[in-house]
Amino acid sequence: MSTTAIQPVPSGRRLKRFMADRPLIPLIILLVILVVVLQILRPGIVNERWLANTVKFAIPLAILAGCQTMTMLTGGIDLSVGTVATMSAFIMATQVVNHDPAVAILIALVPAVLIGLVNGIGVGVFRVHPLIMTLGTSLIGTGCLQVYQRTVIASGAKIPPFLAWLGTGLTYGVPNALLLFVPIAVLIVFTLNRTGFGRLLYAVGDNEGAARLSGVRYWQVITALYVISSVLAGITGLLYIGLIKAPSLSLAEPLVLPSVAAAVIGGTSIFGGRGGYTGTIIGALILTVLTTLLTILQMPEGARRILFGLIVLFVTAAYLRIIEDR
Amino acid sequence: MTTNPLLDATGVVKTYGAVVALRNASLSVLPGEVHALMGANGAGKSTLVKILTGAIRADAGHIRIRGEARDVRSPADARRAGLLPVYQEPSLIPDLDVASNLRLTDTPVEPFRAWVRELGIPDLDIRETARDIPLAVLRVLDLARALAVEPDVLLLDEMTAALPANLAEKVLEVVRRQGDSGRSVIFISHRFVEISALCDRATVLRDGETVGVVDIEPGVEERIVEMMLGARIEKTRMAARMASQAASPGDSRPRLGVANLRVGTKLNDVSFDLANGEVAGVVALEGQGQDELFAALAGSIRPSGGTIEVDGKPVKFAHPADAIRAGIAYVPGDRTEALTMQRSVRENIALPFSAALRNWGPINMAQERSRVVSAIERLQIDTRAQREVQRLSGGNQQKVTIARWIAAEAQTILCFDPTRGIDVGTKQEIYKLLRELADQGKSVLFYTSELEEVQRVCDRVIVIFGGRVVDVFPVELADEPALMRAAYGLPRGAKEDVGILADIHSTPVAKP
Repeated sequence: MSTTAIQPVPSGRRLKRFMADRPLIPLIILLVILVVVLQILRPGIVNERWLANTVKFAIPLAILAGCQTMTMLTGGIDLSVGTVATMSAFIMATQVVNHDPAVAILIALVPAVLIGLVNGIGVGVFRVHPLIMTLGTSLIGTGCLQVYQRTVIASGAKIPPFLAWLGTGLTYGVPNALLLFVPIAVLIVFTLNRTGFGRLLYAVGDNEGAARLSGVRYWQVITALYVISSVLAGITGLLYIGLIKAPSLSLAEPLVLPSVAAAVIGGTSIFGGRGGYTGTIIGALILTVLTTLLTILQMPEGARRILFGLIVLFVTAAYLRIIEDR
Repeated sequence: MTTNPLLDATGVVKTYGAVVALRNASLSVLPGEVHALMGANGAGKSTLVKILTGAIRADAGHIRIRGEARDVRSPADARRAGLLPVYQEPSLIPDLDVASNLRLTDTPVEPFRAWVRELGIPDLDIRETARDIPLAVLRVLDLARALAVEPDVLLLDEMTAALPANLAEKVLEVVRRQGDSGRSVIFISHRFVEISALCDRATVLRDGETVGVVDIEPGVEERIVEMMLGARIEKTRMAARMASQAASPGDSRPRLGVANLRVGTKLNDVSFDLANGEVAGVVALEGQGQDELFAALAGSIRPSGGTIEVDGKPVKFAHPADAIRAGIAYVPGDRTEALTMQRSVRENIALPFSAALRNWGPINMAQERSRVVSAIERLQIDTRAQREVQRLSGGNQQKVTIARWIAAEAQTILCFDPTRGIDVGTKQEIYKLLRELADQGKSVLFYTSELEEVQRVCDRVIVIFGGRVVDVFPVELADEPALMRAAYGLPRGAKEDVGILADIHSTPVAKP
């Protein structure tokens, strides 16, 4: 009975099935195509320095997209990551003036944990829609940060040298930021695939009722998830300020929607239950390369954004067609 | 028989990834006939139906309707061509009221109402939200909605599977009349009684291929079963269990003790015990409180009164997790309630392992694998399509829902109609499994809508009517007529026949 399933299939279908089984391959192909296009448009641009730069800028995006991936797996979304990253960056930069950097970082991560906790309880216990919940806490966080800014306006801000080293530095041509990113990425991938918590994220997003019948307590999973997401966003803020080196009240905000896009391009379903982090990392790289590509085209900002949006839409639609084998 | 077929499908092929659902299916339906489509689980019946009705597209094959080649690309196309399905699962949108659901499909209201009354539901309020209507009634509404537009070919997929006997009877009667009026019906069912009562011919599928078309005549069951299974099989019939075989509970303390349990207005004052090593059947007509009983025992809803004791200790369940910790697992009747459809067989079976907070850490993959594999082997789950549970056949999905609790080593399993809409072979396997579990000292509470299952599986039968336990039978007294009487709330000694029984067992079937 089981041997009867093997049957010759047309090569087109076989290719499609191959892609469906390995959803990363079409993404990697797309990434390579983008890099090749870039090289053709501006011969010589793709060199070691460009590579390091691309990776450096892709990393904060990729971590925030990791937050989105995990929340999207449960059918949620975390729009507060931008605010959380900005807050932790800004608070760290201002606190480090008076405190030891380690203490400043700890202080900076407190609001991250708090916002994550509020998000988690709101979504998990009170069943507020994640979109509204995280948008709400994001606005509250931004407001608090503005109030906080008045209190520290006199003391100024600085960036600890080791964060600048981590954010922008290279060792033998390899960005130091990878020292932070690689463990985080490995941890996320491991969590999603090999831990009970990761399994529950998928299960809750796929069928909350079934998870409940299996004894899963939704609020526990969701609360833990949003706290983790927020803490990751806080860490991203610290890294990002080392890269940008200019604290502001909207530092990481521009990364929020691209982080959602990176997760979606990477094949994670916004309806939950489907996806993974490796795709998201490539999604973040694709978006970063695309941004450079559009920048060197020297188009007006408006046209660039239109093109960016169109390409994201097109890529996502095409990708879903490739990997969904119906 | 020189009439041209109303519907003629040939060489239909459909694959899902590596899994071939249909390799060469054909189906030819004549005007005015009720045509049975048969096959074991996973033979491709549902896939063929979905292709005919435009819900999914075939990879190859021809479909002719009244001799005309048609490319049915969507359910709307199929409707226009006069082909209307009633699927296994209710299709009304749960959040809309019945009237809005009708408007969605442009169904005329008056004929719909007439059909609903005809089908045995006199007092339907069409402003009621579909979500609040019981499953059995929803299925009847699906049928009425299809009948109201007078389709040329009506496709019924396991229509009677979840229906209580009184509604099922009405449905069968209506289906029979469709055939008489020159319309055709494609009828999918696992119940030979229905097939032989209704159908003129049957097409048999096996492994995605049409292996035969037979006229329904007395004694044809054997041939059909043979074709479905592909080899001649001994007709094995599990003899009715006798009291001597029934488990003799060794210790006096029951595994599960329920006393004066109440849930809202649906369940009043229910008391019974469930011993270790016992399979207790629950028999009830649709909506007599059995859903609430199971939900309360599973921790899904809180009872409004009464007590539940596990191994002699009183318990209060606030969440299914509490019930699971007490060793009580619930297998719901609707597979889609229990499975994460996009995940693998393995993850579905292993899901309860990770549920508790202390098990959130790294998974011991080797250990998990061995537990999952042994459960898969024990239930003989066909794992060709194991990457996504949604690609499994219904019977295999059902096995996964049970395998989960075998792997989790639950002490007590609450099975709510686990054999609904699955094939004979799988049913037998499930009966056997439930008995084996009982022999290992586990206890099973088993609600079934198919009375014949009771004698094959249970040691004892609890009959519920109107939210109360009206009778408890030892298995040797629990034949179908006795159960049916009790389920209708009649006392055990009563002599008069209940109408439905007379119909099922003694009326010779009128056939053209």
